[in-house]
Amino acid sequence: MRIEADLDRCVGAGQCVLTAPTLFDQNDEDGRVVVLVTEVDDSAIAAAREAVHVCPSGALSLVDDR
Amino acid sequence: MLDPAVDPAAYPKVRTCPFAHEPEYARLRAEAPITKVPMAGGGTAWLVTRHDLVRQVLGDPRMSSDRRRPGFPRLSANQRPIPSVAPLLVGMDPPEHTEARRAVLAEFTVRRIEKMRPRIQQIVDGCIDDMLAETGPVDLVRALSLPVPSLVICELLGVPYADHDFFQERSSLMLRKSTPVEQRAHAVEELQSYLDRLVTGKEREITDDLLGRQIRKQREIGEVDHHALVALAFLLLIAGHETTANMISLGTLALLVNPQLLAEIVADPTKTPSAVEELLRYFTIVEAATSRVALEDVEIGGVLIRAGEGVVALGTSANRDPDAFDQPEEIDINRSARRHVAFGFGPHQCLGQNLARLELQIVFDTLFRRLPGLRLDAAIDDLPFKSDANVYGIYEMPVTW
Repeated sequence: MRIEADLDRCVGAGQCVLTAPTLFDQNDEDGRVVVLVTEVDDSAIAAAREAVHVCPSGALSLVDDR
Repeated sequence: MLDPAVDPAAYPKVRTCPFAHEPEYARLRAEAPITKVPMAGGGTAWLVTRHDLVRQVLGDPRMSSDRRRPGFPRLSANQRPIPSVAPLLVGMDPPEHTEARRAVLAEFTVRRIEKMRPRIQQIVDGCIDDMLAETGPVDLVRALSLPVPSLVICELLGVPYADHDFFQERSSLMLRKSTPVEQRAHAVEELQSYLDRLVTGKEREITDDLLGRQIRKQREIGEVDHHALVALAFLLLIAGHETTANMISLGTLALLVNPQLLAEIVADPTKTPSAVEELLRYFTIVEAATSRVALEDVEIGGVLIRAGEGVVALGTSANRDPDAFDQPEEIDINRSARRHVAFGFGPHQCLGQNLARLELQIVFDTLFRRLPGLRLDAAIDDLPFKSDANVYGIYEMPVTW
């Protein structure tokens, strides 16, 4: 599964960073999301899903490329 | 402190118990999760009570936060927009909102807030040192709940803490539903002119604090937007005071009356962050920030909301929705409560939420470690709860140890 981030929608609440700090960070200029790991393996999918769910702006999505 | 002017049939309902929420909301969630109701401030609005629908409303760009628009819900009769007030972040819509929020967001990222930990710990320890120097009983609100967030936000913004009585009084007045419009406007004006002078001073001599950094950043790009900075300072100062303070008081109370929960976090402080989320969910102290007005006709949950109609997305109800949280009336510090909407949802989700989380974690960890014998020095029923305010909390909470 691949994490996609829509930077136009991101409001920098940091909920993804709190939920899955190994997958997400925020940039220092305007706090928008930085995806640290684009392709997530099975071990990180639950955390990635939760991050997508708690994102207040709907900026994150999980895409299945297979 | 019930407001006698409030019609008992009107919404939102006045909270009468700090722990149990309005039973009417449970019925509405089940039977009419979006329904038109009379508002306490007059007129009608759509009341949204289900967790999924509250998220949907708050995330919908067709729902405006602009309080000046006709149809914007009025939660109390005195809650009318004050024309002299520049739009605050909470009352802006995109693209204005997006730009203004991004300009200051760097100050509130998770990483940036975490860097404040040692200083917040010092502040909390300082307040507890002062408590320990007394023989008790002590009012927890005066000794800890208010000074901690107040000192933190003052340092962050670069506002002299020596003036805290001045802005705490005005902040409290503004949030009280019963404050007459004229008195509210006066408090706003006083606070604005104070911050106006403060920002002017910083424009002359840039200081190393949030306002100073904003001035420097704006100069690099072009002109300094003085009024926007005063509005930003105003919002952060008000928002940084009462909210966290009330969560400190209510959270402490909840832990004191649930000794088994308290024992659990004292034994294992790694549980404190999830306890904080759960307490945020459980109390959901802010009701006023999640009102909207529809910019166009919008269908939500099968109901057609017409352009110009007000909508109240009720976080207090959403956070007790059994479809979102098992046994929502229980405080369960081991549950994953992160899906709560206590900080709102959508593009306006609380800017300072990560600062609030950190302050609450440090306070609860430190308070019960350093004062293991802490107990309430009053009957719960005698505590003056803020049933009359837009941010729920406690005015005074005598404790001893």
